[in-house]
Amino acid sequence: MTAKPKFAMYWAASCGGCEIAVLNIHEKILDVDANFDVVFWPVAVDAKYKDVEAMEDGSILLTLFNGGIRNDENEHLAKLLRRKSQILVAFGSCACEGCIPGLANLSPVGDIVHTAFNTLTTDNPHEIYPRASFDVPEGELHIPRLANVLRPLDLVVDVDYYMPGCPPESHQIAAVVDLVVKVVKGEAELPPKGAVIGVGDSTVCDECPRARNVKSITEFKRIQDVAPVDPNLCLLEQGIPCNGPATRSGCNSRCPNAGTQCIGCYGPAEGVLDYGARLIAAFASVIDAKEPEEIERILDGIPDPVGQVYRFNLAGSLLKASAEAWKAK
Amino acid sequence: MNDKTFEPTIIGFTCNWCSYRAADTAGTARVKYAPNVRLIRLMCSGRLDPTFVFKAFAGGADGVMVTGCHPGDCHYVEQNYKALRRFILMKRVLVQMGIDPARLKLQWASAAEGVQLAAEINKFVEEVRALGPLHWNLDYQEAVSTPAMEEVTA
Repeated sequence: MTAKPKFAMYWAASCGGCEIAVLNIHEKILDVDANFDVVFWPVAVDAKYKDVEAMEDGSILLTLFNGGIRNDENEHLAKLLRRKSQILVAFGSCACEGCIPGLANLSPVGDIVHTAFNTLTTDNPHEIYPRASFDVPEGELHIPRLANVLRPLDLVVDVDYYMPGCPPESHQIAAVVDLVVKVVKGEAELPPKGAVIGVGDSTVCDECPRARNVKSITEFKRIQDVAPVDPNLCLLEQGIPCNGPATRSGCNSRCPNAGTQCIGCYGPAEGVLDYGARLIAAFASVIDAKEPEEIERILDGIPDPVGQVYRFNLAGSLLKASAEAWKAK
Repeated sequence: MNDKTFEPTIIGFTCNWCSYRAADTAGTARVKYAPNVRLIRLMCSGRLDPTFVFKAFAGGADGVMVTGCHPGDCHYVEQNYKALRRFILMKRVLVQMGIDPARLKLQWASAAEGVQLAAEINKFVEEVRALGPLHWNLDYQEAVSTPAMEEVTA
């Protein structure tokens, strides 16, 4: 038996980028190993669900949970890890607010399965679909059942802290690891429950070095249709829908620095209840038109408004999912 | 869906300088309008954060009415144009979310137009009544059921 506090990390409906981001803290990962006993982390260590089930409740000090809750396996693990963990962190945009997998909340679950198994890019002439259970000589196999909609972690279990980002920036992860190590050593205190950690307290615009003037937009354009893009001027001012005004700081305005628009992966800024609503307010405010027809023409430059303003946030928004998706039978 | 007993809940956002006073004018003149609308006074239609609208729908409202000064008459010069632009973009989002955009209405009303505002409220209540209850999020727990793969691919 080791006296080191226990650490776990799990992926639910996510892409695996959060795990990469954790490994991307470089030699700091050795601090994690030096200070924690990694008991469960499917991408890094070999431990089974039944090993977690056998642990005492509350025996894991820190669990980083990434991914949304899309199927009953995700839900089972969320509830299990909540029970076994003292501190449960919704880690990354998916666990915090649904992220890209949350955009599937626009479509009925049947459409999603059909798209995955029977489109032009999927060679499936016999229309073979996965079955929920299947008999094999060794017994009956079950695969997880998809829920109608994807939920962020806090709609399923109680969450102690939120750490947004797609993925969270490595320097922010390193800072949080440092903090937790200090807490373990009794040198620091934990932030209040429910806090958003590893972030700034303002918006991406606030960190963005581009020059800002009064905005009056007469046309919204995709960035590839703007040539040349002024490298020193606010992107929104150039008619490129940039999500910076509603997005929480913490990434050092990484995308605008690299010449592309903010897409909003750090989620709603402090005090913003509904991310998309804040962006609707921001975009609509800077349109330079008073006649409905002209406003409609300018807004045609944003062909997929929900995809634009709720790209990372649909499952965590006030409306959560489209009527089609959540009424699907 | 056309249940005569269904009474829609409508949240109405009014501007302090015009439409709120229009509602007041209607009251003073004893002009009756449907009690389905719950009016909330803002200082200006430009204060309307789209969050208010989505929160109303998510919280059980069947319709939302936004009212403001006529174009050119805004007390704060041109904030009602901002409301108009937000209204148009909100409608586009509602369509994608599967909410009938007719559940969101924008109405200009000056302080003197109590009768007109009352008539528009009555008209909107009947329109929303015809659309039926929205029940947004009230069925959300049902929505997170996990159907069997056979049901999904049927």
